[in-house]
Order: sequence, then structure tokens, then C-alpha cells
Amino acid sequence: MATTNMGKRPPAGYRPADPGTQPDYLYPPYSSTVKRSPMQPLVRLPSSLSEVTGPLFGFDRIMANDFDLTKQHDGDPIGERIVVSGRVLDANARPVANTLVEIWQANAAGRYPHPRDNHDAPTDPNFTGCGRTLTDADGRYRFVTIRPGEYPWRNHYNAWRPAHIHFSLFGPALATRLVTQMYFPGDPLLEYDPMYTSIPDARARQRLVSTFDWETTIPEQALGYRFDIVLRGRDETPMENDLRLPS
Amino acid sequence: MSLATTSSQTVGPYLHIGLTWLVTDDLVGPGTTGAPIVIEGRVTDADGKPVDDALIEIWQANAHGRYDHPDDTRDLPLESGFKGFGRVATDAGGTFRFRTIKPGPVPAAQSQSPALQAPHINVTIFMRGMLKQLSTRIYFPDEPANARDPVLQAVPAERRDTLIAKRVGDGVQRWDVVLQGEGETVFFEF
Repeated sequence: MATTNMGKRPPAGYRPADPGTQPDYLYPPYSSTVKRSPMQPLVRLPSSLSEVTGPLFGFDRIMANDFDLTKQHDGDPIGERIVVSGRVLDANARPVANTLVEIWQANAAGRYPHPRDNHDAPTDPNFTGCGRTLTDADGRYRFVTIRPGEYPWRNHYNAWRPAHIHFSLFGPALATRLVTQMYFPGDPLLEYDPMYTSIPDARARQRLVSTFDWETTIPEQALGYRFDIVLRGRDETPMENDLRLPS
Repeated sequence: MSLATTSSQTVGPYLHIGLTWLVTDDLVGPGTTGAPIVIEGRVTDADGKPVDDALIEIWQANAHGRYDHPDDTRDLPLESGFKGFGRVATDAGGTFRFRTIKPGPVPAAQSQSPALQAPHINVTIFMRGMLKQLSTRIYFPDEPANARDPVLQAVPAERRDTLIAKRVGDGVQRWDVVLQGEGETVFFEF
């Protein structure tokens, strides 16, 4: 069914995420969830206009170097340059165009320039670790950055976060909002990481691990990693369409 | 063809690095219809301790009840000074504050009655220790339509108050978020 902006049919709602792909709020191995997770069941809402709409952002917000985290200061950041790129699709395999992608990450030494990060590793005056871009008409995005370092945290004895890049995406609706983390292939810390293991389905976990990408690797300059992201898709079964016709 | 949805992960403790560039604590731009109101509150955990590293996003219709989005095709005015998006971080005391206007009513879901929802603000919450975002709503005090709102009616009566702001001053309303335990805020899935 075509989603319609013509006023003849209401726009469809969004299908729930696939079973096993999303963590629960309470996951005791990640200790901070214990005091911050709701105990009452969530109240299920049918989709109304409030849930199928959401903020949209344009190029007026994006600066030229926002996609290149190695070019945001006077000098070059320390570390291994990498290209991180991929496509943002919906669960119906359609590209999500012109959507805002925000990323943030530690520097090559595993340190964030943040007042709450007191890890004994150097900050880098040439690296903030913050980037943003909009996807193109095919849902493609691309960042140039440096490979983030692993770092210790106090969740449990000898706890280390695997190398990761935080991603925040909006998609077309409140229902498609997603914050996630991208990991790197072959990282031995993944199986010890409670954020990674909080995802019930092993294949879903694996999809957060980027793949080395020869095609986007720049000769003598930067290794390429590919990370595709799938947001919730519209319900394409008209019988399940639960939206009221806008009047 | 169907693809599996990507898994959610927490924003972690250093979210500010990536997300504060888009902080929008005043939604009311030039030419906006409606009296500006300040909504303030505090986020607390299961022990009643303030959450000092939360991020709150706001999405709402304008005073005419129109969402600034292509799926809202109703013949109601859009206003260039009011986009309906806000983003605020909590401070050391777990408090947040933003300035907006009361939205107009918007259509309810097809399966619901009555056809219009009471004015509300959609809220999305992110923080360390939260593996996926929480969704909730802010309703307005002294709003007769609350009594018939289909979403409020779907919430157990004794918990509805957690979704309704309280007037604390002239043009100031308070709405707190309790993540867990006594007075736990109602959260939604959709």
C-alpha cells in the first residue's frame, strides 16, 4: 500500500521492531540499568499522528566539516584514520533519505573530552569526536574519523568497553528514533560487554559490528568500515492501519 | 522484502559530546501563536536520586494542532517560527526546563474515540543505564479534554497524574519524571 500524503488515506503506522532485536530496560549485568529501568509495564499505544510524525532537519544545520572529524581543528588528530559509511534503510528495505545522523566517540587513546571522563589517557587537542551529516537520496551517509580506543569503565571488575562509535538517528517519525553503537570486527571485548550482550538475538548483536570495506578504503590514507542501519518500517498491511484519516 | 531492525544501545555518559549542539530549550520563535509557558521538572531514579545525565527530546504540534511534518496533511496553519522540536539535558540537580506553547488538539488513532486527543507534548528520554529510549507524554492541567483523552483513558486511573503537569506559577508548569518505584511515570510503547 502506498503511504499517502494526499489526504485520501491516513499515513500508516510503524511495525514494531523485530523480536529479539531490542534489549530490555532492565539488564542487571549492565549495573546502571537496575535503578533506571521502569518496573511497570509500558502502555501500548495505537499509532496516531503524534507517533508517525517527528522532527525533520535540513542542511541549514550542517556545516561543511561536520562529517569529517579529522578536520575540525588546526592539526591532525592522533590515530588511525578511517572512513565509516553505510546506508540507512527502513525495515521495508527502502532508503531513509535526508535524515540526520549524529555520531560521537572516544579518541584513539580511549578518552572523551568530557568532564566526567577521568580515565588516565591523553586527550587530543585536535579531536573532539563529534560528527553529523544528512543521508542522501539513497539513504547513504559517510564520516571520516579516527579509530576510537577501548577504555575501562566501572561496571564490574576489569571492565573494558569495546571500541565503538555512538550513532543517533531520527528517521521520519517519533517511532523511528534510534540511538545505537557501532562496533569493530574481531574485537575480543565484545563478548564481555554487557551493552552488546544485552541484545537477546545473536544475529542482531552481530549486525552492530561494522565490516571492513575494501570499496570505501582510500589507498594510503584510510581503512573503510561499513555500517548499515535499519529503522522501523511502515505497516504495509492496510487492515492493520490504525491511523485516523486526517480531516 | 523485510529487513531486521537495528538494535538500540544506550547513549552512555558522554552523550553531551555528540548531542548538545542541537539543544533547543526555547521552541517559541517569532510569530508563534499561543502564550509561552515554561515547563520544568526533575528526573529521578529508583532511589529518588536526581539523574544528572539525561537528555529529553520534545515533539509537539503548534497551537493550531498542526505537526510540522508532511504526514500531517490537514488544512491547518503551519508557523515558520515554531517547529515543535526541543532537546534539553538535565543539570547536576537532575532538572530540566524548556519554553514552549500549549499545542492544539490532534487526531486520535482510528480505533480510538473521541476523534481528537487532548493537547499533549510527546517526550523521549535517553540516558546512561537506559538501553533504549523511554517515551512518555506531558498533558496540561485544567484541560477539560483530558477527561476524555483516549490515551489517558488507557492508563490506570491512579497513574494518570504522572502524565499531567502542575501549574506552579504564572506561565510555569512542573512535570517530573520518576524512572522507577513509587509514583513511577507512565511510559509508552508504540
